[in-house]
Amino acid sequence: MGSNKSTLQHIPNAEELMEETGFSAAHIQRLYDRFQLLDRDQMGGLRNEDFEAIPELVTNPIKDRIIGAFLSPGKDMVDFPSFVRVLAHFQPTNSKRSKTSSQEQYNSPTRKLQFVFQLYDQDRDGKISKTEMLQVLQEMLRMEETDEQLQSVMEKAFQEADLDQDDAISFDEFKKSLEKLDISEKMSIGFLC
Amino acid sequence: MLRFEHGKTWLLWTLICLILVFGIEAKSKSDHSHNGHHQNASSITGIPIVTFKWHHVEMPYTVALWILVAGLGKLVIEANHHVTNVIPESALLICFGFILGGIIWGADKVQTFSLTPTVFFFYLLPQIILDAGYFMPNKLFFSNLGGILIHAIIGTCWNAATVGLSLWGCHVGGAMGDIDIGLLQYLLYGSLLSAVDPVAVIAVFEQVHVNEVLFIMVFGESLLNDGVTVVLFNVFDAFVSLGGAEIDAAEIIKGIISFFVVAFGGALVGVVFGLLLSLLTRCTKNIQIIEPGFVFVLGYLSYLTAEMLSLSAILSITFCGVCCQKYINANMDEKSVTTVRYAMKVFANGSETMIFVFLGISAIDKTIWVWNTGFILLTLLFVFVYRCIGVFFLTWIQNKFRLVPLDFTDRLIMSYGGLRGAVAYGLAVLLDENKIKERPLMIGTTLIVVYFTVILQGITMKPLVTWLKVKRATSSDLMLIGKVQNKVFDHLLVAIEDISGQKGHNYMRDKWNNFESKWLSWILMKPSARKKHDHVFDVFHQLNLRDALDYVAEGECKGSLEFIRNETAYIDFRKKFGDDFSDISMPDITIDMGDTTIANPYTRRDTVPSISLEMHEQTMNGLRESEDMNTHHLLQQHLYKGRKQHRHRYSRSHFDVNQDENEVQEIFQRTMRNRLESFKSGKMGVTPPKTITKHSKKDTQQKVKKEMRWNRPTLYSDLPYFEFSEESSASGYTGSIPRVSYTAGVGIENPAFMPDLDPMAPVQIPPWLAEGETDSATVAPSQRAQAGLPWTPSNLRRLAPLRISTRSSDSFVLADTLPSSSRERDELPPPPSPPPSPPHS
Repeated sequence: MGSNKSTLQHIPNAEELMEETGFSAAHIQRLYDRFQLLDRDQMGGLRNEDFEAIPELVTNPIKDRIIGAFLSPGKDMVDFPSFVRVLAHFQPTNSKRSKTSSQEQYNSPTRKLQFVFQLYDQDRDGKISKTEMLQVLQEMLRMEETDEQLQSVMEKAFQEADLDQDDAISFDEFKKSLEKLDISEKMSIGFLC
Repeated sequence: MLRFEHGKTWLLWTLICLILVFGIEAKSKSDHSHNGHHQNASSITGIPIVTFKWHHVEMPYTVALWILVAGLGKLVIEANHHVTNVIPESALLICFGFILGGIIWGADKVQTFSLTPTVFFFYLLPQIILDAGYFMPNKLFFSNLGGILIHAIIGTCWNAATVGLSLWGCHVGGAMGDIDIGLLQYLLYGSLLSAVDPVAVIAVFEQVHVNEVLFIMVFGESLLNDGVTVVLFNVFDAFVSLGGAEIDAAEIIKGIISFFVVAFGGALVGVVFGLLLSLLTRCTKNIQIIEPGFVFVLGYLSYLTAEMLSLSAILSITFCGVCCQKYINANMDEKSVTTVRYAMKVFANGSETMIFVFLGISAIDKTIWVWNTGFILLTLLFVFVYRCIGVFFLTWIQNKFRLVPLDFTDRLIMSYGGLRGAVAYGLAVLLDENKIKERPLMIGTTLIVVYFTVILQGITMKPLVTWLKVKRATSSDLMLIGKVQNKVFDHLLVAIEDISGQKGHNYMRDKWNNFESKWLSWILMKPSARKKHDHVFDVFHQLNLRDALDYVAEGECKGSLEFIRNETAYIDFRKKFGDDFSDISMPDITIDMGDTTIANPYTRRDTVPSISLEMHEQTMNGLRESEDMNTHHLLQQHLYKGRKQHRHRYSRSHFDVNQDENEVQEIFQRTMRNRLESFKSGKMGVTPPKTITKHSKKDTQQKVKKEMRWNRPTLYSDLPYFEFSEESSASGYTGSIPRVSYTAGVGIENPAFMPDLDPMAPVQIPPWLAEGETDSATVAPSQRAQAGLPWTPSNLRRLAPLRISTRSSDSFVLADTLPSSSRERDELPPPPSPPPSPPHS
């Protein structure tokens, strides 16, 4: 562990990042290596093209949204700390750690949900409109279905989730409609060390 | 109420006893008269009119009787809910078996019936395991496969070794007194006791709804550990035969190799049969009536094949079910799938019942009871304790790698869920009496372990789960948004793994899914099924079906199906003009309607374009012919063909009753309409004014829009339909249009065939003539009819777009709307239905 810390010297703000995101030193080191690998032109930040260059990602139907989630609005680059912060959403929820810290952790179920919510809510107005929902469906299922079918699926989904019937799903409605899903389980991946 | 229940229960009890007594009597009688009977038979000179030939049918008759008795036993047990809430059904069935065994013992003085390994392994077990494999939640299973395998392999070996060794240690220490069991025999005994039993686990855990991860861990383990158990049993059995001196390193290595061969070979055989089955169902389109049979036959064959090759049969049939489930469900006709599902449950449940009953019966047998307190108690103790230790140790290791660690309560339930059952008993009976002197003691102790785990642990499981507040299974409500979200999660996690540069669980799954959809589906699914919709759409379809059924049910409760027609009209409307409307104009109309027709509960806020998925294509076809259709409809309605009598033809391979489609349709429509009318008038007790709708022709879009606001309910229903009631002729109907009506109390048998329902009536309202007087006149009745329907928030959701799909069962709507579609006609229910009860006037 101590040796790990010494190797973290070259990573800016490594200690704070660990504190903030809950990643271990080994995780940070690994992610930093990955970050540098992705950052092909060594600009200290990942741009859209860098993400697009990941070969496995090309086939992902909602890759634009996911890349968009990394880039904070108004910027076209994501630096290492933000990169790690985004990934921190996907840590398994650990009940012990969240108690120690006053601030809500990235990997709490609510934060996870917020992250997903933003994938839908592209215009960041705090609501998923019908169009936004339909777009997601189209991206995921366009190969298989006609637009009209997707439209009706969207309407049905709205019936379920849109409780106050204002033709938009707010975050609370979103949360409520998904409360049966085990978010902390479904939105976690095992980060290798 | 309670008294009545008890009465019923006693009745059943008496019935069961009678059957039993009869069976036993018949048996013993036949035993006595066996010789005499033959002599009689030879000395008879004339032709006997009735002869009593019990021996002729003895075997199948006994089997059938036993099945009946077991079934009745289950019936009695399930009738007492307050008991099954506390004591699991499996435990009660065992107790029921005790009673039956007592009766048989009393009658025969010897245990005639007991569970033999042949019957158990060849006739009772396969269907249970096939059922488990076929209904296996694959995603859950495979994502926990690592943990399951650890428990199934290491856990089982651990159990076998520790139980065997500890017993031997105690034996050496002198705890058991004077019995003749060696170390190897103890290990053999330990290995047959090591396996957690799938049948018992299903039976107990089914009633305790623990969370799905916990369930799959225990259940998966119980299925997969069979490979280990079989190997351990065979190896130690061989060792016992060889004797301790002969065992060398080579033999042990052979034993370890044979484990891999047996386990993976068994699984492989299962996979091969699963793929074969999938391929076979690709081409059974023309023999749909027997295609469900293939599933069972091939599943059974995979079991027998593995058994023949001395591989793990349970693993084989499990993997057969797991592999084929997706493809056969897609390939087979939906009705066949339903048949398979239900038949599977019938078989599995039936044999489960039989197994437990026979486990009980087997206990009442003097020959197996050799009491040895030390041996029995120590076995119980070790089985329980080492299970706990094993589970806690293995989960502790696993938790270091698990995303969501298993917490303490989960681990406790996993240990407690280590139920032993009929597999252990079956193996114990298989022990060779010549090689193992203490076989009866082993069988008896195994039975006690089984009873202890199934009855005691089964009973305490539920309170324990409640007390420990184990996370229960969330009632998985079908939610479309949840399914969509799951899909988003899948993509998201893969992307995050890609970005963070690790090839984890999700990455593997994604790769597999790609491979699967690219190759396996292409080979194993028939082309039409391959294009099948995404899972999201399946859910969508199911939700819509359910809504539609609720919708109809609710409407019928309220006495009217009037609204269905309105829906039909609306769908029809969309069907014809949907393309002309942009999505923007639709909400306008519907919102308008919401404002203006508050009295009309059926106007929903969100009237979604209501064309079903598959209907859409037909709609396209239909559009072409819409002109023709109008004429066609008119003629079909108004020109009456000679009505043939309903001919019910017998056919072994087809269900269709009546070939003349028009006739079927007409009869059906009539029946339906009349039933609705009488229903309404009978139930509501009000007299809706008569409506005559016109048969609308295709109109200009402008006009349609305008009319829609007022007249949506009836517009474009292809059929003119009539509302009438007995009293209606007297009430204020004004108009020159002759009406169809019937009066109550004239002894109508089936209004559908009443001559006065002749379609002469409709002829008299040429739709285009009626057009002038539509607006206000026609809208009123339908609204009033609808007013009887409920207006609750839940309805709003449920009354959401009524969808018609080719697979749906609401074919009578289609019968009206789609005469040109042939698929619906196939699905028409048999036309004549029982006459509606004469309405009260």
